[in-house]
Amino acid sequence: MSAAGVMGPPDAGGHFGPFGGRFVPEALMPACLELDAAFRDAWGDASFVAEYHSTLREFGGRPTPVTYLGRLSERLGVEVYAKREDLAHTGSHKINNVVGQALLTRRMGKTRVIAETGAGQHGVATATAAARLGLACTVYMGEVDTERQSLNVFRMELLGASVVPVTSGSRTLKDAVNEALREWVTCVADTHYCIGSVMGPHPFPWMVREFQSVIGVEAAGQLREFGVETPDFVVACVGGGSNAAGVFAGFADSSAQLIGVEAAGGSAVGLGTPGVLHGMRSLLLQDDHGQIEEAYSISAGLDYPGIGPEHAHLADVGRARYVAVGDDVVIGALQLLSELEGIIPALETAHAVAWLARAAGDEVPRGSTVLLNLSGRGDKDVAQVRSILRGES
Amino acid sequence: MTTLDQRLREVRGGQKALVPYFIGGLTPDWTNYVAAAIHAGADVIEVGVPFSDPMMDGPVIQEGALRALRANATLESICHEVSVAAFDVPVVIMTYFNVLHHFGLARSADLLATSGVAGVIVPDLALEELEPWREHASASDVATILMVAPSSPVDRVQRIGELADGFVYAAARMAVTGRSNDVGDARRVVEMVRAATTTPAYVGIGITTPDQARDAAALSDGVIVGSALVQRILDGETASDVESAVRSFRRALD
Repeated sequence: MSAAGVMGPPDAGGHFGPFGGRFVPEALMPACLELDAAFRDAWGDASFVAEYHSTLREFGGRPTPVTYLGRLSERLGVEVYAKREDLAHTGSHKINNVVGQALLTRRMGKTRVIAETGAGQHGVATATAAARLGLACTVYMGEVDTERQSLNVFRMELLGASVVPVTSGSRTLKDAVNEALREWVTCVADTHYCIGSVMGPHPFPWMVREFQSVIGVEAAGQLREFGVETPDFVVACVGGGSNAAGVFAGFADSSAQLIGVEAAGGSAVGLGTPGVLHGMRSLLLQDDHGQIEEAYSISAGLDYPGIGPEHAHLADVGRARYVAVGDDVVIGALQLLSELEGIIPALETAHAVAWLARAAGDEVPRGSTVLLNLSGRGDKDVAQVRSILRGES
Repeated sequence: MTTLDQRLREVRGGQKALVPYFIGGLTPDWTNYVAAAIHAGADVIEVGVPFSDPMMDGPVIQEGALRALRANATLESICHEVSVAAFDVPVVIMTYFNVLHHFGLARSADLLATSGVAGVIVPDLALEELEPWREHASASDVATILMVAPSSPVDRVQRIGELADGFVYAAARMAVTGRSNDVGDARRVVEMVRAATTTPAYVGIGITTPDQARDAAALSDGVIVGSALVQRILDGETASDVESAVRSFRRALD
């Protein structure tokens, strides 16, 4: 477990400062309370924690390495180390969370998981963990996204999951969350809702951060092997914010500056205001009447109009800083990392690279040491990148 | 005790209450539908203030909310229309918490009270986050109506009973709003509510036909009918068509 400190547990009601909480219908409150108790019990049980770590080791590809990015460092004039979540099973950090939640589902005696997904990464990871543990799995995905990401729909089906296209609202990620919550009301007795990020009602934001904190804990130890006691900066992209929360957790009580990089069109910290959505109080993109606005980003994984409540709190108290980069610089950053380091990052991850490339020598002084959380690999994005580079979209 | 509590105790000399639900701003003449429903024997009117992400609503009310939002319905515009219409039965607003949160809790409670709204149903506000909203609402004599679900354990129902204003919304099933074929778990839920409080229990979620309404009312103090009526308005029925429909529910209850 992460130590108490800047990123300690929330209060008993799941609040991080004024953010978080549990804003769900009465029908779901008993399940949220049950999950809170079950997670506290499991996370304090050495045998559960051991099974979580052994599953990530044998099945999930952990520990992922830290790689010194020599050529990028030379180009930018800063020392860049990458935590390689792109090398984890299913190609991103998502596996850390779904393995934890799938094991917890089984421990609670439930036999089925449901999940929301945007581009399909969390859906594929959930279907993967469900297959491994013999759980039934249904994934809710906006109809627009099922068309844009039809290969991921097929992957989930290969893994034995059913994919339900969501036709309500904007037919994208936020509507998939709505539909998964609606479905959860009807099947909560035997089904766990495996939320994909540090969002939703308590205990999800805290639980998902705990399952992702393996990233930061591992990275801190690995950096020491490179002789880096504390990096000057820890940089991660932020949609809901699970990879960032996971890596920040390893450095929250150090002197490292924590930087979350949002997509300019989905910048909940930069453009949002406090509000309540999907069971949590956080910063949200909303209009003058409190209607939620649609986020837009070149990367589907950052296409969410809110941010996890703990990030809203870290921004509020000034422990982490949230910056935004526009779509225009993301493709260039993806090319930069590909050509200099032989790593094709996910478009989400490329946001963090883009910020670093812009900030190096300026906000990030020459000679600084930077840990970049390389949250996912770019295989899923290559068709989109190709059509952009060919001027087709 | 709020004014709504007192008014509901006078409903039909102890007869069953009928609570139709309409979406504010769904059509330009939506208050005519409300007036027609009152003429047909509605005891309380539930008015939905649309929200972009209605997690407790099924497809019918989602569609209605989307149409109302496209027509620029807001908390303020709907409260204004309620105020102008000055209906002679109590009006309760149903909306999601972000709408009130964004407008400001004290300001929302004041707006509701000055518009003549007697209470609110906020389905994503459970006991755990109820304060400070309830404090502001109580100070403005606006009832906060709470829900009990089939999944609610007895100790929670007890706490809900202690805090309940107006009526308790007894959810007949583990589902979001929408049509269905029976009264689900209504009996068990109402029994839990009655063991906890003397506040009236009205059954909602899936009450689609007059026959179901009769069955649910026989177990409880009243029924809430939403999607079945909203569907008619989405289908283009007139206020007088909806008045006939409400009258058939009224007859079933009496």
